[in-house]
Parts: sequence; structure tokens; C-alpha cells
Amino acid sequence: MRERLLLRTHTSPVQIRTMEKVKPPIRIVIPGKVHRNDPPDASHSPMFHQIEGLAVDTNITFGDLKGTLDHAMKALFGSSVKTHFRPSFFPFTEPSAEMMVSCFICGGSGQRGADPCRPCKQTGWIEILGCGMVDPNVFEFVKDNGYDPKKVSGFAFGMGVDRMAILKYGVDDIQLFFQGDVRFLEQFG
Amino acid sequence: MKLSAQWIRDFVDLTVDNDRLAGDLTSIGIAVEGIGGSGPDTVFEAEIGTNRPDAMNHYGVAREASAIYDVPLKPIQPKLPAASAAKAVSSEARGGTTEQAAEKVPFVTSGAKARGDKKAVIAALKRCATQNQSFSAACEVVPFPVEIEDPQGCARFTARVLRNVTVKPSPERIAHRLALLDQRLINNAVDATNYTLWEIGKPTHVFDLDLLEGGKIIVRRARNGETLKTLDGVERKLTSEDLVVADGHRPVGLAGTMGGFDTMITEKTRNILIESASWDPATVRAMSRRHGLHTDASHRFERGADFESTVLSCDRVAELILESGGGELVGGVVDVIARKLDQAPVELRMSEVRRILGGGLDVSQVARILWKLGFELLPGAGEDSEFTVRIPSWRLDVEREIDLIEEIARLHGYDKFPNTLPAFAGSVVEPPEARKDEKLRTSLLALGYNEAVSLTFISHQDAEQFSDAPVVELANPQSEEASVMRTSLVPGMLNMLAYNLNRGIGDVRLFEAGAVFHAEGTKTAEPKQICLGATGSALVPGVHQPARPLSFYDLKGDVETLIENFQHDVLKYEASAADYYHPGRSARILLDGAVVAQFGQVHPDVASARKFRQDVFLAELYLDRLYRHGLREIRYQPLPKYPAVERDFSFIFAESVVFETIQQVVAGLRPGELRSFVPAETFRGGSIPAGKYSLLLRATFQSSERTLRDDEVAEWSAQIIQALQDLGGTLRAS
Repeated sequence: MRERLLLRTHTSPVQIRTMEKVKPPIRIVIPGKVHRNDPPDASHSPMFHQIEGLAVDTNITFGDLKGTLDHAMKALFGSSVKTHFRPSFFPFTEPSAEMMVSCFICGGSGQRGADPCRPCKQTGWIEILGCGMVDPNVFEFVKDNGYDPKKVSGFAFGMGVDRMAILKYGVDDIQLFFQGDVRFLEQFG
Repeated sequence: MKLSAQWIRDFVDLTVDNDRLAGDLTSIGIAVEGIGGSGPDTVFEAEIGTNRPDAMNHYGVAREASAIYDVPLKPIQPKLPAASAAKAVSSEARGGTTEQAAEKVPFVTSGAKARGDKKAVIAALKRCATQNQSFSAACEVVPFPVEIEDPQGCARFTARVLRNVTVKPSPERIAHRLALLDQRLINNAVDATNYTLWEIGKPTHVFDLDLLEGGKIIVRRARNGETLKTLDGVERKLTSEDLVVADGHRPVGLAGTMGGFDTMITEKTRNILIESASWDPATVRAMSRRHGLHTDASHRFERGADFESTVLSCDRVAELILESGGGELVGGVVDVIARKLDQAPVELRMSEVRRILGGGLDVSQVARILWKLGFELLPGAGEDSEFTVRIPSWRLDVEREIDLIEEIARLHGYDKFPNTLPAFAGSVVEPPEARKDEKLRTSLLALGYNEAVSLTFISHQDAEQFSDAPVVELANPQSEEASVMRTSLVPGMLNMLAYNLNRGIGDVRLFEAGAVFHAEGTKTAEPKQICLGATGSALVPGVHQPARPLSFYDLKGDVETLIENFQHDVLKYEASAADYYHPGRSARILLDGAVVAQFGQVHPDVASARKFRQDVFLAELYLDRLYRHGLREIRYQPLPKYPAVERDFSFIFAESVVFETIQQVVAGLRPGELRSFVPAETFRGGSIPAGKYSLLLRATFQSSERTLRDDEVAEWSAQIIQALQDLGGTLRAS
């Protein structure tokens, strides 16, 4: 029986679990651990963290998705940071998008002095998260709990937290987050 | 995947340079991650989403470019020479006599209409009925007959026959383009199929016609026991689950996946059969998995290749082969349709476009975008729909109105939609335990602990040692150290303490807050806990203060500080804890009767197993039980107006008399205005007999209404002294 238990590989399932229990309108932000069977190295860990967000109401548009995330990125990284959205594909959102932020290391220029900026691979942009408008197929599953796809609309997003910390603080090894080395932890005091 | 910029420009006249083209393609969803080469050899490294098989080729990307820049997309129109008449081609097939061939091959010979050949006429009529052809088409010369026995697996099979072709290396133009894409060059015939694949995205295959036996192609399920040696040289056993292209005798290709070895094109090949078919995606995917064969062809068929492009792709391959290898086209195209694939048109409402995307798009913009992408627009059939949209055969990813809305958004440009914030009349609701989590976290940080996070997995051995709970096993662990979900936070904490100690960091105070996992029937229970780990100095040694190593009482004080945040009536200690704690230096805390924490020094056996060379302390808080208590609410207590009076009592007690008992006895007296009664000092050894200890107790008396008189205080002190003597205490001084 316990063969049916799977460690979640992303936080997206919290969306449907919430909608099964709570009627719209909803706005949720849920951080959590996720697990993937990746052998641990400097940029991979079998356990890491994501934050998932979901908003469903009768008035949510694609512009609201962009506005909400732009607002959040400015709050997180400073008001001069810019956001840029480009098309992508996720099975549970339509339209789907990837959001980039202007590189907070080089400011978007792609250069650090005379050297190329490595975190943004000289493009001046860093891919931060995946997002999109909730696919009507998803609402169909919770239609009986008030999520009529003809009446409500919503957006969802998910971001990898460890990666954002690595990019923002220049950490060179994701393993450092899970070793408890006091010399590492105290740098963030 | 690699794409040649120059090749894309074959189909669209663009005024922008390659850098601009790459950027613009990326912003509509064809992500160009890198650009290599220069000038005519510029190559785009593109990431095409798995939902866009139509864009996994140059023509598909050119179509996207034509939509971006609003320029015409040039059609692909292969120029083919006039075909020569097909005559008993298959009688040249090895392994069959002319009579046998004529018997097995029911095609009409020479001429536009059947002439008196009754058997042939009946066969032609049958073909009209089952293969959706007109009678004259059915009577046309069929250079090579094809039968589809499995319409579910194969909706359409198109073929062309070439004769007298010279097989040799591809011409420079073809070879160069394929080389830019890192494609292996084989010969002009095979390269032509590869070129067509990368040009229009349609996989095709070429057979040496003379190596096909029995003079026909049958698309069918394999029979159990049949084998096929595929082009990679691997001999494969087939089952009835496999869909194959077969000739009259045996399988010659794994449908949509890989052709057969024995019928491949070699320098000896003179006559060629070109195949272009429409395969069921699920069937190809299953075969690809079953045989462990992932090819460029199967990759596309799994995602759905264009049903309508089979004839075009056959013709394009034929054109390329004839250009380089000479030879002639034999007969017309053989096009057998077993099942027509059609996508239902979709109604599109501007009201829905606005509901999902927001305002700002008008009807003409929407129409232009869809039309440029190849969608056909008709007036809407519904009451509120502006358009009925016909989906082109190459867009299998578009089925619903919302899919059209995504097309509109991405071509319009995501960044062009203004950033807005939705109106919301609700309020922020914290999760129910947020305040308690926050309180504990800030208390711990203030006490000097750093928060740490360890991995969720531990070993079987650790699970057994540090918890009684049933474990949840991992089916696919990475190592024995990480083979079960953690049942306790202790192993992770001990690992982190060891990690620091091994690197010469002697002063460590960490806490971890997280869930542990207990198996419960078919599910898991995930109670939250906090674990503290501490070792080293209580006070960091410095110029003005000496070191003082951590003791059990430091940890006790920290744990008490945390617990005191919660409302409770009775806080009680029990001087025992789990067996991984030092028996004399550990305790449990009970709040109103339930164990909410245990803490203490780590057991010497555990410490030596982990090679700890200094004392290590742990504490565990069980939040499921602790959180049954609310946080202590602050309520103002009026400040005292009248002075307090202190009295000290110095006693000697037997070791068995613990302070808790003394405190309870004194509290039970209710001596007047006693505000506090605390231990001030303890002492052992010296003149104190063994088995006893000296305890200095300090009482504080204070009234909120008046100054206390000496005689009252003396009376209460006497009561206290009497009570303590009744406990067996000996008064030393007062």
C-alpha cells in the first residue's frame, strides 16, 4: 500500500490540495521541502526548498500575475530590479511563462567591470521562476468546490529558494545549506 | 537542438540580424539559449518545449518568425520530374518469380483504366472503399502496394518509388547544412530523409526496394516470435505489441522508430522506396520504451507528427535524392489513408481573451496573430464567439480556447501586457501555528542558537537508536545513510555537531525545526519537532572573561526559557530521559501532565561512537504536544509601591531532598506576602558530610498595600524554618 507514497518533487501539488479544502477566492503562499533523486553535488541536493503561490478569484488576469510577481521581486531585491516574462510550458498552466529578473550581481549589464558576469551568463537576466495562469483542466478537478473554470481564473508560480539564495549571496555549493557549519550560518546573522 | 539561421531564412525574408532574431524568437517561446558560428554558418542552440513538435524544425521556426515580423512564409514546393509508368516493378524483387509476384500483387498494369482484367477491377474497387480513393485513382498505376492492417496504429502511409538512383555521398550544400547540426552523413538517400526531418520536421525512411520481399508493404502488428535486426545492428525479438512495417514476408521496420538493417540503403542500391507515415503517438512511445530506442523519429512521433505532411515530405525526399543521385520517379504517390485525423474547430470569444489576459487586445490584433500562425478563421458559430478557428494539422498541442489564448498572448508579447494588481477584499490569514513558531524561533536566536537544516533521510541504524516509531522506507535510497525518512531530528543534529567539531569549531549551538516521519498504516504522520544541539563554551572566552564550559543547567535554562513562553498550570521535571541520554544528566519536562520535551547530555556510549571529545548536549521539543498550550499572554501587573524584604536561610539537606520538594512545601505554607523563594547557592564537600549538601535559600516578602513590619517577617520566617526542619533540614544560619 505504501508503494503509492511519493516524495513530492515540486511544491505544485499544494495548489490542488488547497483548492480541495478551501473555496475561492484564495491567495496562498506555501514554502516547503521537495525531494529529487539527484546525486548531491555543488548545484544539486536530493532535498531542497521551493515556494509555491496561487491566487484564484473572479478577476485574476495575466497582467495581475506579472504585476504581483514584479512587486514581490522588487520587495525582495530592491526597487530597481526589472522583471521580464517569456513563454514556457507547464502541464498545469496555460499560458505558461518563465520570469527573469535583471541580474542583481551586474545590474543587468552582463559585465562585472571588464569581466563577463557569470551568474547571468552575460545576458543581464537570471531565470528565477516558472508561472502561469491556472489551466482550466485543473479547475475541473475541484469544480464542485466552487472552482467553475468559466467563472474563476487564477495564476500560480513556483520558485526554487536555495537557488535564489545561491544567486543572491554568491554561495558556491548548495550542500552548505544542509551541513550546519557554524562558520557558514553565522555569515547570515 | 541546433538550428541553422541561414536555413530558417530560406523560408522568410528577414531584415533583422541573427542576434535580434534569436532574441525575438526567445520572447515568443522558441528559446535560443546560445549562438555559435558566424555569418552563413551561424547556429542557434534552441530549447523547444516538448509541447511544440511543430517547431522542432527549420520550417516551423520560420513560421514563427513570419508571425513575429509579419512577413510571408514561403511554401515548400518540391519540383519533381514526370513519372515513368510503373510496371511490374515488384517482379524484380528477389525471392519471387514473376507469376508469384503477379498473383500476390493486385495492381492494375499499364494504362489509366482497367481493361477486361476482372480480378484487377475488383481489387481496384476494394481499394476505393477501404482506402478512401476515387476509382480512377485506384485504377492508376500503383508502383508499390501498401496495406494498413492496423488503422489505430497507422492512420496514413505514403510512399514513393525511385528507380535507377546512384547512391553516393550527399552534395556539398546538403552535407554542409547537416554538418552544422552535428548530423552524421551517411549517403545521399539517407541524408535526404535526415535533411527533410530537420527542414519540415517529418521523419521519413528509405528502403532498398529490391531487398523488399513479396512486392508489397503491410503495416501490421508483429507476430510473437518474429525478429527484426534494426539499423543499429541489434537483433530484436518482437511481440504482438510491436507495430511494424513489413514486406510480404517479414518485418522491415519498427514503426516510427527505426528501420531494418537488411533493407537499408547501400552503394549497391538502385531502386528506392520512400516511406512517410503517420504513427499513433502512444504506440511509438511504448515501443521506444520497450526497446530502449530513442531516435529523432520516435521523439517526434511520440509528440505527434503532422498527418497532412506525409505527401509533401515524400516528395521533398524524392526531389533531394533525384537531384543528387539521378534516376527517375516511378508512378504516382502511393497514399493510403486508413483513418482521417482531424481536429475539431474551436470557438474563440474576445470576452474570454480579455478575462484571462486583461484588456488591451482588439479583434484585429487577435485575428492577425492567429492567421499568421496558420490558424484559419471563420465567423463564430456561438452567440458570443467572434471566431470559429480551424486548427492546422501540425498544431496537435492546440485543442481548446485557452490554448488559442496562449498563442495570442505569446505572439503579442508577454511583456506588452501591463503589470497590474488584482483587487482583493480579504485579509491575511496566518497559519494557525505561525505565532508559536515565530516565538520559539526568535527565542532561540536570542539565546544564541543558529538555525540549521539537515537532510530528511537517516540510516536504519539511527532510526532504531533514536526513536521507537515505525519507519517509512525509501524504495530508491541513494545510500544506507539516507535510506529511511527521519523519525527523529537527533541523528541529523548529531551529524551537524560532529561536522563542526571535526573542523575545529568547538563552540556550537544549533537548532533545527522540522517534521519527523512515522509510518501510520498506509500513510505517514508528520509531527513537528525542534531539536537543540550545544557543545563548547557557555560564555565565549575573551580578554575580559574566562571560558566556562556548557553544563546541563545551561541547557535546562534554555529549554525552560522556551517552554515558559506557553501558558501552563504545572511544569514538572522527571529526572529520566531516553536511553541515548546520560542517565544522571538528563530530564523530561511535563506540562500539565504531558511530556513536551526531553533534554540532557548525550550518553557516553553515543558520544564515543561518534568520537566526540567534548560534552555534547541535546534537547528535543515535541511541538504537537507543546502547541496544545497557547502562548503566554502578556498582562500588565501593577508595580509594587512598598519595599520588599529579603531573608536568607542556610540549610543542610540530605541529597534525596530535592529543591522541587522544598519549594512545594514552602509554597504550601502560604506564608503571608512571600513573593519569591529561590535557591541562591549550593555547596558540597568541605565540612559538609557526605550524602548531604548545603543550600542557601532566599525568600523575598513584599506587600502591595503597606510596608511590612519586622515581627510579621520574623513570624513567616519561623514558619519556613520549621517546615524545612520537618523535611530533615539542619539550619546553619538565618
